[in-house]
Amino acid sequence: MTTTTTESTNNPSGFTKKLHLDKHISRRFNEELEQVRTLVMEMGALVEQQVNDGLSAVLNADAKLAVKVIERDHEVNSMELQIDEYCTQILARRQPAASDLRLIVSVIKSITDLERMGDESVKFGRNAIKLAKGNFAEEDGSRPLIELRHLGKHVSETLNKALTAYAQMDVKAALEIIKNDNIVDEEFDNISRLLVTKMMESPREIKNALRVTWCARALERIGDHTTNLCEYIVYLVEGKDVRHATIEQIKASISS
Amino acid sequence: MNAITLPKQEQVNKTAQTNLSEIELTQTVGNIYADDAKMSIRNANVYYGDKKAIDNISLDVAKNQVTALIGPSGCGKSTFLRCLNRMNDTIDICKITGQFTLDNENIYTKNLDPVLLRARVGMVFQKPNPFPKSIYDNVAYGARIHGLTSNKAELDEIVETSLQKAGLFNEVKDRLNDPGTGLSGGQQQRLCIARTIAVSPEVILMDEPASALDPIATAIIEELIDELKEKYTIAIVTHSMQQAARVSQHTAYFHMGKLVEMGKTEDIFTRPSHKLTENYITGRFG
Repeated sequence: MTTTTTESTNNPSGFTKKLHLDKHISRRFNEELEQVRTLVMEMGALVEQQVNDGLSAVLNADAKLAVKVIERDHEVNSMELQIDEYCTQILARRQPAASDLRLIVSVIKSITDLERMGDESVKFGRNAIKLAKGNFAEEDGSRPLIELRHLGKHVSETLNKALTAYAQMDVKAALEIIKNDNIVDEEFDNISRLLVTKMMESPREIKNALRVTWCARALERIGDHTTNLCEYIVYLVEGKDVRHATIEQIKASISS
Repeated sequence: MNAITLPKQEQVNKTAQTNLSEIELTQTVGNIYADDAKMSIRNANVYYGDKKAIDNISLDVAKNQVTALIGPSGCGKSTFLRCLNRMNDTIDICKITGQFTLDNENIYTKNLDPVLLRARVGMVFQKPNPFPKSIYDNVAYGARIHGLTSNKAELDEIVETSLQKAGLFNEVKDRLNDPGTGLSGGQQQRLCIARTIAVSPEVILMDEPASALDPIATAIIEELIDELKEKYTIAIVTHSMQQAARVSQHTAYFHMGKLVEMGKTEDIFTRPSHKLTENYITGRFG
């Protein structure tokens, strides 16, 4: 699943070309912005892997993978610090303006969302370890886990699309993702309902059912962070702040 | 001096032209109108001999606000600024067409004395140019020639308040009879601002007022500009984009004699509409 992101990460054409990152009189500045781009895409790829691994640890009751996800979180954290520092340096030394300024501002915001997604992945890991000890496996025909897998697939694919849109600075793709955010919310509601029913049916499973709920909740949060990433893409390319706006308002403001 | 700078200007424009063939430069984008315009310029053209230095520029200078004119060397921003108080009149080969108004009055009518116009529209230059006279006489000069005062006490007061408004009084109050040229660069520039203020102008034009100054003197001048806008309308030409971003409320981007884009400073520096503006303020070529 990571292949598309990796490809687009290695091909700077969309991002660099669209933002004209290679057109500064100062070549050093070109390199610095290119470096920011590379670091963010690396962090994106790392977070995507964390989300996918965390999710499969939960779904496959794989405690070993879960531990790996938890241990790898510090890499995500240190990337956030590194990129933050790098952006601060650019702000101090270059005083970027216009699209360069928007790039730095949106990167600083994006990495916060990426880091939070990393934290959600850790939640998968913690819950996976505990679920692995119980008997809440999918083989039992557990509806909630099937639904969770379904939601997980959707969220993971959306994250992948968002990172590709980020790499290509593709506003159209970003808008599509913002528009579809409610799908995640609806599916989350479905899973919650299922789990409540399950808890009522077999109170002995409440502990595990709650853990699955928390995982579903983490997925829903990852979906929200993914939407935020897409909003930063729109801001970066169009110069319009589309947070807290409806999709109709966003489209109207872009076409104006 | 202008005769010397002209060929250079032409050269710069020619080199710039070759890189920009693909970008259309027909119409100004953004908003050239001000709600409360002190000066309005419509369809201004300026020629130096055969060379067109300003090509059909229209814009408003908003009252009690700072309008910054930015653009690469030779883009016509200084030429344009100098048209606003008829400083180009003295150049024989210079021909100006279009409409220039100050409070809806045409400033290019035959019966308007340019000297009186320049009392209403004062100017501060790039290099501080105090007269080789005392600090006092530098500031008193304009008031004297325009006959603004009838006695020494009134003149003293004009000198003191002007120096105060220019933020220089406390530094020079004990040595008003020392030569103005003995002050530091930043103080000299504030002396020139005091000299401009002394004749109670309505508009102050500033042509790179801080480019010869160190960062602290620059910060003092910028702070002063911010205070002066309460009383005066200010148009400033600057090569420092950060300075334009810091001091102005409106920014006009000039390129090869044309006005490419004009708008609120907050918009120009975060989301300019025109590619040329974007390239200039982000330090890109082409």
